[in-house]
Formats: sequence, C-alpha cells, structure tokens
Amino acid sequence: MALDFSIIPGIIPALLVGTRMTIGLAVIAVAIGLVIGSFAGIARVGANRAARVITSVYVDFIRGTPLLVQLFLVYFGLPTLIGRPVPPFIAAIAAMGINSGAYIAEIVRAGIQSVDRGQMEAARSLGLTYSQSMRYIIFPQALRRIIPPLGNEFIAMLKDSSLVSVIALEELLRKGQVVITRTFRPFEVYMVVALIYLAMTLAISRLVSWSERRLRVVD
Amino acid sequence: MRRLSSVFLLCMALVLVIGATAAVGAKPVLKVGTSADFPPFEFQDEKTGAFLGFDIDLIRAIGAAAGMEVQIVNTAWDGLIPGLLTGNYDCIMSAMTITDERLKAVAFSDPYVSAGQVIVTQAKDSSIQTVEDLEGKKISVQIGTTGDLAASDIKNAIVKRFNMAPDAIQEVRNGGAAACIIDLAVAAEIAQEYKDIKFGEPFTMEYYGIAIRKNNADLVKKIDKALASIKVSGEYDKIYADWFGQN
Repeated sequence: MALDFSIIPGIIPALLVGTRMTIGLAVIAVAIGLVIGSFAGIARVGANRAARVITSVYVDFIRGTPLLVQLFLVYFGLPTLIGRPVPPFIAAIAAMGINSGAYIAEIVRAGIQSVDRGQMEAARSLGLTYSQSMRYIIFPQALRRIIPPLGNEFIAMLKDSSLVSVIALEELLRKGQVVITRTFRPFEVYMVVALIYLAMTLAISRLVSWSERRLRVVD
Repeated sequence: MRRLSSVFLLCMALVLVIGATAAVGAKPVLKVGTSADFPPFEFQDEKTGAFLGFDIDLIRAIGAAAGMEVQIVNTAWDGLIPGLLTGNYDCIMSAMTITDERLKAVAFSDPYVSAGQVIVTQAKDSSIQTVEDLEGKKISVQIGTTGDLAASDIKNAIVKRFNMAPDAIQEVRNGGAAACIIDLAVAAEIAQEYKDIKFGEPFTMEYYGIAIRKNNADLVKKIDKALASIKVSGEYDKIYADWFGQN
C-alpha cells in the first residue's frame, strides 16, 4: 500500500490533545513521585529501623511488579475494597505516582550515599543536627547526582503513560489508535506518534543537560 | 563448524521437503481475521479456547462450500483492517458493519446479516430512553466500532473507548459510564448473564459483511458465491436458528 502523508495535518489536533494528557500524567506522576521518593530515599539511609523496612518493602514491591499490574490493582482492585469506583485519571496518577516514588527513592538514596562520608562528619562536628546536615550540606550536593537519573525517570513516565489507555484514558498513543480506526493508516499515524514522543523526550534530555551545567557552576 | 553447517543444511532441506508436500496435498487455506470478544458472533470457549459463534460457524460453512480450509486468526478489533491490508490474513469475519468509510479501505462481500446499535444502561436507570437523552453523558463503546462513531457524533458526550466489547458494558455496570452503545445481539447475549443492565430498540440499521482486500476480487466472488449457495441449501438458516432461535 502506498503511503499517504496527506492525512497528517488533519490528525495533528487530535494527537495534540493526547499529548497534553501524556505530559500532564508524566508531570503529576513525577511530582508525586518526588515527594514520596524524597522521604522514602532518606528513610532508607536513616537511623529508624521501622522506616527502613517499610520503605524497602515498598520499593521492592513496586520495582518487582509491572506498572500495568499496579494500574489494574488501583483501578479495578481498589473499588472492590472501598466500595466506590475510582475515576480513571485519579487511578492513573495514583498508580504512576506511587510507581515513580519507588524508583525516585532509589535515585535519591544513591545520590545521598554518593556524597562523601566526610561531609556528614564535618557538618556534625560543626554542631549541625542530623536534619540540618541533610538539608543544608548533604542534599544540595546529592542533587547534582540526582538530576540526570531523575530526567530518565521523567522520560520513562512519559513513555509508560501509554499504558493508561487500558482504563480508557485518551493519551497520545490511544488518540493515535482512535485516529487509525478512522483513517486505516497505521504506519503514517504511528510514525507521527513516535515522532511526538521523541520530541518530548529530547526536550527533557536538553533540560537535564542544561540543569547539569548550571549546577556545575555552584560546585 | 563444517560438520555443524552440513547438519543444519540437511535439516533445512528436510523442512522444505516436508513443508512442500504438506502444501501441495492440502486444500487452499482461507485465513480469517477476527476479534473473538463479541458473543454471540465470535468468542472463545472459556475452558478450551476454541472459537465459537455465529460468524465462526458461518465462515466455516462458507469455506467448506468454496473448497477452502478455514484458519482463524484472533486479533484486536481495531487492528483488524490494518492487519488485512498488510496481508496477515485474507478476510475479516468479525461482525463488521459495511460502511462508506470502510469501503474506502477494503472491499466487502454481500451482506450476511442485519444488525443495529442499541443503548445499554443500568436496569434501574430510566433517564435514558433515546439517543437524544445521551447528550452530555458519559458513553462507553468499543474502539473503532460503528457504536464508537455514533457516540462520537453525540453533542457534548464524553466517549470512553475500550479495547473489548464486554469491557465497555462492564463500565456501565460499574457506574463509570451512563450508557454503552453496542450491537443488539451482543447486548442481548451479555444481558442474559448480567441482570443489572437493560437495552432498548436498535436506532440504526446496519449490515455485516466479510472484509477482503480490494485487489483480491477473486476472493470476493468466491465468498459471495459460497454465501449464496449456503443460503439456497438451507445451511445458513440452520446456523442462524442455532444462534438466534427462529427468525
């Protein structure tokens, strides 16, 4: 079959609506993930044994199960427990946020542990408490090591967001599939969809490189 | 290494010979694409995975009348026409309505059964009786069906598209959608199992056809001829009665 690229201008508006949903899901998921992940990451290296165990279990479970399964647990499983349906968008950001949190916890932990032990010792000997040392000395230095993998996590969330099509949320990939059922041109449509994903991930990579350069100035 | 490659070549030759004899002796194969999530037209037996349904019985009868061996290829509904166009199978038998849009992409056999879209709602909900009542409501559909197209035309409606027909009806049962637009026979079949849903009269008139690539006019003729012959012989009526009771 000959390729027909003339359909492309007509399908762009629908795909852009999907793109907005994809970006929205990824941004909110990583935002939630940052909050959860920062606390969990710090807890993993902290003194409190209970906190360490709880966060280990959380991280192991999330990293050991597919995101799709986690999504189904929230969207189909949770309603049977709480007796009410969960709106698809809420289910999506909850599952993606909790998922992101586990991976970010590991990123934060690795970032913190990569800062020289001597920094903590010096901070404590200057009279700072553990929390103050973390906040003013350790964390700012860890941030440089955290940013690049965090960018990777955001890119991963952008691509993983395509899974939410199974709960009828129309993000970029799903919008592409709907367009295909109207035009019957899968190659042209999927090519445009892939290019849009590529544009988003390249933009994130640029952003990460830029922020790395900026943080180096502070170092 | 030499020894290994001669053994490998010998095996390849054997495979080719066996394959060739198998191909030469057998009847031509009719590969049929379907999306087996649409009872009573095509679905799978829960335990054995066998393909069952009105469409399945009918295409097997058509295949027999045309002297071809039928092979069923189960695939996602919205990938059926793209799959046909790339040659994954030779025809589509999947309760597919003949529409002008689809005719731009594929050819269809003669219509083999009539159908209509109905509105499925929760049994206790009496607020939705006609298509007009659906304005501004959440409607669940199977992606890429005529139900999807009908719902997309309704003003201010929020359309939730699912991959499989039963999922769209489940959404109504869960309260995630006010109504589902789907084919009459499927609604009737699923409503037999779940008493908490109801459906109304069909609001469209459609015909299902067997989709075939446009450059395969020979197959269209073959299938039309076979379909006509089983209608004359009474086999069509028997299959219809098996699945839908008396006409």
